[in-house]
Amino acid sequence: MKANLNNNSGGKSSFSSKISFKIDLQAYVLIIAFLLIVVIFGFFTGGEFLSSRNVSNLFTQMSVIALLAIGMTLVLILAQIDLSVGSIVGLTGGIAAILQVWHGWDTWAVVLAAVAIGALIGFWHGWWVAYRAVPAFIVTLAGMLIFRGILIGITDGQTIAPLKESFMAIGTSYLPYLLGYILAIIGIVLMFYFTYRQRNKRQSLGLIVPSHIVSYGKITAYSVLLLLVVYMLNRYFGIPVPFLIVLTIGIIVAFVTMKTSFGRYLYAIGGNPEAAALSGINIKRNTLWVFVIMGALAGLAGILLTGRLNAATTSAGTSYEMDAIAACVIGGTSLMGGKGNVIRSIFGALIMASIDNGMSMMNLEAFWQYIVKGSILLFAVWMDIYSQKKATV
Amino acid sequence: MEYILEMKGITKEFPGVRALNNVTFSVRKGEIHALCGENGAGKSTLMKVLSGVYPFGTYDGKIFINGQEVQFKSIHDSRQAGIAIIYQELAVVGEMSVAENILLNNELIHRKVIDWNLLYAESMKWQKQIGLDIDPQTKVRNLSVGKQQLIEIAKALTSDAKIIILDEPTTALTESDVELLMNILRDLKAKGVTCIYISHKLSEVLEIADSVTVLRDGETISTDPVGDMTEEKIITKMVGRSLTEIYPYEKRKLGDTVLEVKEYSVTHKGTGKQIIKDASFALRKGEILGVAGLMGAGRTELFTSLIGGYNNGKYSGSVNVEGSEKNIKNPSDAIEAGIAYVSEDRKRFGLVLGMDITKNTTLASLKQVMKFNVIDQAMEVKKAEEINNRMKLKAPNLEVKVSQLSGGNQQKVVLSKWLLNNPRILILDEPTRGIDVGAKYEIYKIIVELAKQGVGIILISSELPEVLGMSDRVLVMSGGKIAGELSRNEATQEKIMALATGGKNI
Repeated sequence: MKANLNNNSGGKSSFSSKISFKIDLQAYVLIIAFLLIVVIFGFFTGGEFLSSRNVSNLFTQMSVIALLAIGMTLVLILAQIDLSVGSIVGLTGGIAAILQVWHGWDTWAVVLAAVAIGALIGFWHGWWVAYRAVPAFIVTLAGMLIFRGILIGITDGQTIAPLKESFMAIGTSYLPYLLGYILAIIGIVLMFYFTYRQRNKRQSLGLIVPSHIVSYGKITAYSVLLLLVVYMLNRYFGIPVPFLIVLTIGIIVAFVTMKTSFGRYLYAIGGNPEAAALSGINIKRNTLWVFVIMGALAGLAGILLTGRLNAATTSAGTSYEMDAIAACVIGGTSLMGGKGNVIRSIFGALIMASIDNGMSMMNLEAFWQYIVKGSILLFAVWMDIYSQKKATV
Repeated sequence: MEYILEMKGITKEFPGVRALNNVTFSVRKGEIHALCGENGAGKSTLMKVLSGVYPFGTYDGKIFINGQEVQFKSIHDSRQAGIAIIYQELAVVGEMSVAENILLNNELIHRKVIDWNLLYAESMKWQKQIGLDIDPQTKVRNLSVGKQQLIEIAKALTSDAKIIILDEPTTALTESDVELLMNILRDLKAKGVTCIYISHKLSEVLEIADSVTVLRDGETISTDPVGDMTEEKIITKMVGRSLTEIYPYEKRKLGDTVLEVKEYSVTHKGTGKQIIKDASFALRKGEILGVAGLMGAGRTELFTSLIGGYNNGKYSGSVNVEGSEKNIKNPSDAIEAGIAYVSEDRKRFGLVLGMDITKNTTLASLKQVMKFNVIDQAMEVKKAEEINNRMKLKAPNLEVKVSQLSGGNQQKVVLSKWLLNNPRILILDEPTRGIDVGAKYEIYKIIVELAKQGVGIILISSELPEVLGMSDRVLVMSGGKIAGELSRNEATQEKIMALATGGKNI
């Protein structure tokens, strides 16, 4: 029977190569869509869209939604939803600004407070969803109203500004050029190292290994892209700090989802809650934790947003939950649960931000952004359903 | 008397299984005709053919109503022809009123503007026909299950049903409701309505029916007037086959008691109804304990509750594993105690279909493949491969999603998942349901192998030959109680059926 399990390990049989081709296709669609967007906007803005200044702006602008999309991916994998994140962003940003502007707190303390309050709000939501069995849609819809209300109440409806330099720096500063290149090169070396190790490991286990050209070609392409982006960013002011925060957290959460039991359990619960429960997985506790993580990330997003705007307003973060959900869905996360990938969701956030940014550069009126974003969302989900249907036939 | 319904030469095949084989079934006008048979004998399939759930063309054979051949392409067609089927799982709309439910198929409810008073009055007329008198504005959700069933019968009458099929109508009813139902059936008979009555409860069959048809293994065994029948005769006809399949049973030396359950009761949290009453039994190391019983006897409820996976119930009683008392509140406590439960519905409770084989295999024992809280892929794959090789799993590779596997291979993945935990007690709920013969035999061999290694095995099965062929001892459950215990030597199909149907020991 050993032979039965291993006879495809070379990856040469038609069966296995078909499978891997299918999976890759889904990933490539995302990249192709992004390139299409880049080309179209590049053309209509006379290349301005691809200028260093704009690329830098784009990565800064996407950061808040990308952070939310990271957390939202976990929530969606569980087949839950969180509609309150926009309000949490607003409230935590508002509290941070109040603590600093009115009470003179230091920046580090303010950051901790915002993240902690975000986590606490997440705990509140998670408790209702997990231990009181109220549907997440309702709990977080209520949260969306409640926390927006609290924000307006505690700020008296005022805009709170200005913040200390150090606070602003979180949302607006850049890495020194040299450090940017060093990080990029470390990243590239690590990518090659991990690909090499992964290939060896899989080979020794008798698993399917893609050909050298495919795996190293992919990494080379990523490396070139990474260097190109860093070069362009460095031509302006360097890698934006908010983007670095997103990348760091994205990598950590991606690791957690792929390599820890907590991550594995999330996919199992979302995929089949009844089977997961009978396998001894504590659904309630894991659900609670996911909402806590979502809340904490929303708190961090609140800091980024407030720092970038150098002010906290009562409408900050409004409807961000929709952008975050859209980013996840464009990245291939299923609202039915059990399926999702953090890195792709960040990519989805980049696509959403590109559309906003590109269309405003084209001087199109704001209403077009809504229409185009809505259409793309609908199309992305249809693509997902269509490809899944094909895969099951 | 002429036949109102004749089904001739009905053959229905599913992939790999012939569910009905040349079945003949004839019902006289105005009689109550009982249809009996074991689980899986083909009763439900036959009724689905009759009611158009399996449309014309998906089966072989002919159906005649009043001597006219009919070809039903949908349930709608059969309803037009006057056939109404009332399923075991009721199809009432709980949030709607009695009147709306009764007249759901009536044009009164499909008017652009509904005349509610007319609707209520009309529903009362139909209620009177079967001796009911419920306020038509009551929500059906608030009625007892028995009353809900009667509402369905009233609804069937509104569509001018000539033949009413009742599928296990009394399993969920209290005694007084059963009495009411019996009276209504007699009443309908007097009015010339024909009834097909599917039931396991042979005492009811003898009381109410005019004729009995027995199905076994998808074939018609006989049709007799009730006057000629006794409970024993019906049971003999229902089970009378010999052991045709081969079971790899081997005599083993049994070890000490590994599981002891005493006075275990389960109450339903919502209704307060007692589902399991004072179940007591013991299991020894290396023993295969068969658990037989009819559908609804409480087998699955008892064992899911034992492993803390029955969320609707509260339990009382004691559970001892290897001599120490365990308080099992959830499935992870059960895993801790060394108990593994392989559920009867592997797609719903056993597998995460969108995940690959490896991940499904390690889901209940991830701790074993972790290093510093991180999943070690090498260890995970090695463990999954080892155990699945032992199960003789057939798959292109272990990264294939389990949804792409056949039923037998899916079941092997579920077994692998639980065996990875090295359980001391393995509970198998219908482990061979929907699996082809070859895979069945492999699973039997795995069961015997595990028993030889000293694992205590509980084998819940609706297939009596399987229970008889595999078990050292058989528990028979009936109505939430353990109705009896038979050793391998004394167990026969007849004795099990007698205990399971609540009849007396033969």
